[in-house]
Amino acid sequence: MNTKNIDRREFLKKAGTGAATLGAVALAGACAPKKTGKALTQGSGEDSRAHVLETGKMELRVNPATGDRVSLLGYGCMRWQMKKDANGRDTVDQDNVNNLVDYAIAHGVNYFDSAPTYLQGQSEGALGEALSRHPRDSYFIATKLSNFNNQSRAGSMKMYQDSFRHLQTDHLDYYLLHSLGRGGAETFAQRFVDNGMMDFLLKEREAGKIRQLGLSFHGSRDQFDYLLTLHDQYHWDFLQIQMNYWDWKHADGNRNVNADYLYDELDKREIPIVVMEPLMGGRLANPTESVARRLKERDPHASLASWAFRFVGSYPRVLTALSGMVYLEHLQDNLKTFMDFQPLSEEELDFLGTDIADIMARFPTINCTNCDYCMPCPYGIDIPRIFKHYNDCVNNGTFVQNRDQENYEKLRRAYLVSYDRAVPTIRQASHCTTCEQCVPYCPQSIDIPRELLRIDRYVERLKRGTLEGASSGE
Amino acid sequence: MLRKIRITLAALCFTAITLLFLDFTGTLHLWFGWLAKIQFLPAVLAVNLVVVIALALLTLLFGRIYCSILCPLGVFQDIVSWLSARRKGKKARFHYTKEIKWLRYGLLAVFIVLLVAGLNSLAALLAPYSSYGRIAQNLFAPLYQWGNNVLAYFSERADSYAFVTKDVWLKSLPTFGIAVVTFVVVVALAWRSGRTYCNTVCPVGTVLGFLSRFAAFRPTIDASKCSTCRACEKNCKASCIEVGKDGKRIDYSRCVNCFNCLDSCKFGALKYRFAWGKSGRKTSAAQERDPSDIGRRAFLTGTAIALTGTLLHAQENPEDDGKKRDGGLADILPKQAPARSVPVTPFGSESIKKFFQRCTACQLCVSVCPNHVLRPSASLEHLMQPVMSFERGYCRPECVKCSEVCPTGAILKITPEEKTQWKVGVASVDYDLCIVNRDGVKCGNCARHCPVGAIRMVRKDPDSQNRLMIPTVNEERCIGCGACENLCPSRPISAITINGYEVHHTT
Repeated sequence: MNTKNIDRREFLKKAGTGAATLGAVALAGACAPKKTGKALTQGSGEDSRAHVLETGKMELRVNPATGDRVSLLGYGCMRWQMKKDANGRDTVDQDNVNNLVDYAIAHGVNYFDSAPTYLQGQSEGALGEALSRHPRDSYFIATKLSNFNNQSRAGSMKMYQDSFRHLQTDHLDYYLLHSLGRGGAETFAQRFVDNGMMDFLLKEREAGKIRQLGLSFHGSRDQFDYLLTLHDQYHWDFLQIQMNYWDWKHADGNRNVNADYLYDELDKREIPIVVMEPLMGGRLANPTESVARRLKERDPHASLASWAFRFVGSYPRVLTALSGMVYLEHLQDNLKTFMDFQPLSEEELDFLGTDIADIMARFPTINCTNCDYCMPCPYGIDIPRIFKHYNDCVNNGTFVQNRDQENYEKLRRAYLVSYDRAVPTIRQASHCTTCEQCVPYCPQSIDIPRELLRIDRYVERLKRGTLEGASSGE
Repeated sequence: MLRKIRITLAALCFTAITLLFLDFTGTLHLWFGWLAKIQFLPAVLAVNLVVVIALALLTLLFGRIYCSILCPLGVFQDIVSWLSARRKGKKARFHYTKEIKWLRYGLLAVFIVLLVAGLNSLAALLAPYSSYGRIAQNLFAPLYQWGNNVLAYFSERADSYAFVTKDVWLKSLPTFGIAVVTFVVVVALAWRSGRTYCNTVCPVGTVLGFLSRFAAFRPTIDASKCSTCRACEKNCKASCIEVGKDGKRIDYSRCVNCFNCLDSCKFGALKYRFAWGKSGRKTSAAQERDPSDIGRRAFLTGTAIALTGTLLHAQENPEDDGKKRDGGLADILPKQAPARSVPVTPFGSESIKKFFQRCTACQLCVSVCPNHVLRPSASLEHLMQPVMSFERGYCRPECVKCSEVCPTGAILKITPEEKTQWKVGVASVDYDLCIVNRDGVKCGNCARHCPVGAIRMVRKDPDSQNRLMIPTVNEERCIGCGACENLCPSRPISAITINGYEVHHTT
């Protein structure tokens, strides 16, 4: 570990930004729950938070190992808008990306998370292009080794080197082994040990080409424990985990471990945490009506998303929370939360992690975050859109539950028509072959074919008008 | 007055029948479906004696009211002729022409021979109602649907479910070509000389003409009042009034009772009155009307048929280089229809033979099929008559729309419950195309979607550890609905395809 190099860099950075913020920074985390439940009566005036975009300060967290002062809001570069180019291929809208990145940097966001696989392989290039217009020491780049399919040394090496080229940089601030958590020691060995990549990456870290080496995790508890045992050997500088008020206690216990366990284990070992999916792929920004009502009752001004962000931001070991902001409005809303950040009280944390999550548990939604890792399906099925349509219907209360329901005919038509509008017929669930090629890619461990068949059976019953009369879960 | 009544009734019938072809939801059939069923040729083919006798009596009583009010092609020609007459100096552009007997009766004879020989699709080229149906389905319906799609576009953006986008696609190039040619020929004839088609080509017109010459009520000329101004003759779009030196005659076999002549006579010499038993007709020799439209039509038909083969989509399969990035959609090849040893005809049609013998190819069923299953056949033998194919959808168990609208009895009316008792065809599997063999992956989508559970999944290699399953068809259960073919992932040709039954089986 070349701490000297980092110190120098860090020193320059500090000189650049001025020491004034230091006090504010630090400790944001250390003393998490400050606020009491006053929001209930007072409404805390989120509306009036518009001004923070002008006058507020981005919440910064310090990475103790490097002194990096990282913005608590990190930019996830997985969800930018794609446009059709002249050949009908999806292409990232670079102007849009530039605008968003400029705006983010101007408001203090300095952590950008990409991966070679994101956006059909275009994320790194677009991010590199946008960032190249800013001084290299004004931001941190995170990217990943996504060698899921080609685990050869040559393939992995090329992926690593391409990242530098695409991102137009000579060093990566945060580098992750992408999406670990399944297949245990065997998979780990296949992807990183047998091909010598792990040794190589450790050397790169020593040489300063990689400043911080970590991994992103989706999986079960024993998988996590296994990866932590490697900490002594490799020293993970940070870990990226899925954390939000749903996953805190309600992650699918069998396949994905609860986030509170992950957090506590990492906190014990003082390993900085990067949070992914703080909004569960946007689903916490558009939760079930009954959840939305509860949250709005608490604070009519606060956006639904802000609750989810404040939840993860209230935990001090969190270095940054990644949000895949597509539109300027997302970015602005998030900035209003993370500038002059207000952590939640203990009571509020519990309200979200327990009360709200319990309500959500009653709805048969699918834990899809629209990350697109499963795509493209070789048989052309649009998996994330099918799940999104289904979840939206469940959440918006336009889900047909049974034949005796009020407005049954109307809801039935609405569901079928909106399904056809959301997903072309030939890409709908009825075409799933259950080949299961998608299954290993899902970070949420969703049994994709099973869920598709479930939706397909449901749609078939709607079409035939043979939905049960009694109330039913499906 | 009579003319106004005729125009009003004709407008109502014409609008309603046209809407039958435009309304893809099939709801209008509940109110207007009978209008298709009282069309002459469909009623004959349906052996609907009540309608046939009623139409015959109607004609015997009042003349060819049918042609001026009920027949959509006739009214369509009136509209064209009326538009033509709005040109300057063209108001009274008609004159008497002699009957072209050889053509008129020759075509009727040919028509009957074709019907008896079961060559309905050729006969249908001459049939008025189905000709209009093809024009409406091929030329008018797409415009209507595009209009609907514009509304659907806004509806979608307004989060409303009032309008739903409807795929507009060319169901059969030959049939489209024939519709275009028919349209052009009919419009050209009507534009120039009114009802020439009805009185020289139309076999239904000829048949009704046999009766109408004896009609109880008919327009008659009172010679004592007539000033021989020939206003009536010039206004007769059937060209059947002769006002000459040697007398004034109306050819009642060609008169379509439009009553224009009554209004045109300033002297009150023309009256629609009871004239039972009087013959007003003189025989006459051939005249100069150009019969070439038939030849042209036949020629164009042949050309259109020759073009059929070019309809296949060309799209190459994207190379599968393994999954390296996230997102995006795999290209999907459009499905192509397989070669079927026996065509598949709709549930309720009982047998191939009966179906094709009764069908006039009016396209009404094609218009209403919500699953894009029915389309006009491109085979020479059954040209334009509908067949089932499953590239875009399959015959869904809850749908019996085609059986509700068929005016000829080619598709008998059935309920969804009765539908389950019919088997129109049977599936067979091409194991070389099945992705379980081809890609070595799990599938079974055909078995999952078979509404009658007719597909048994069996182990591919019973003797090995391989747990892959391949589909086999239980022919006893298969009904031929095409769900398996439509949802088979193999493209462009499905691995499981349907062949029709000559005679549909019942359970």
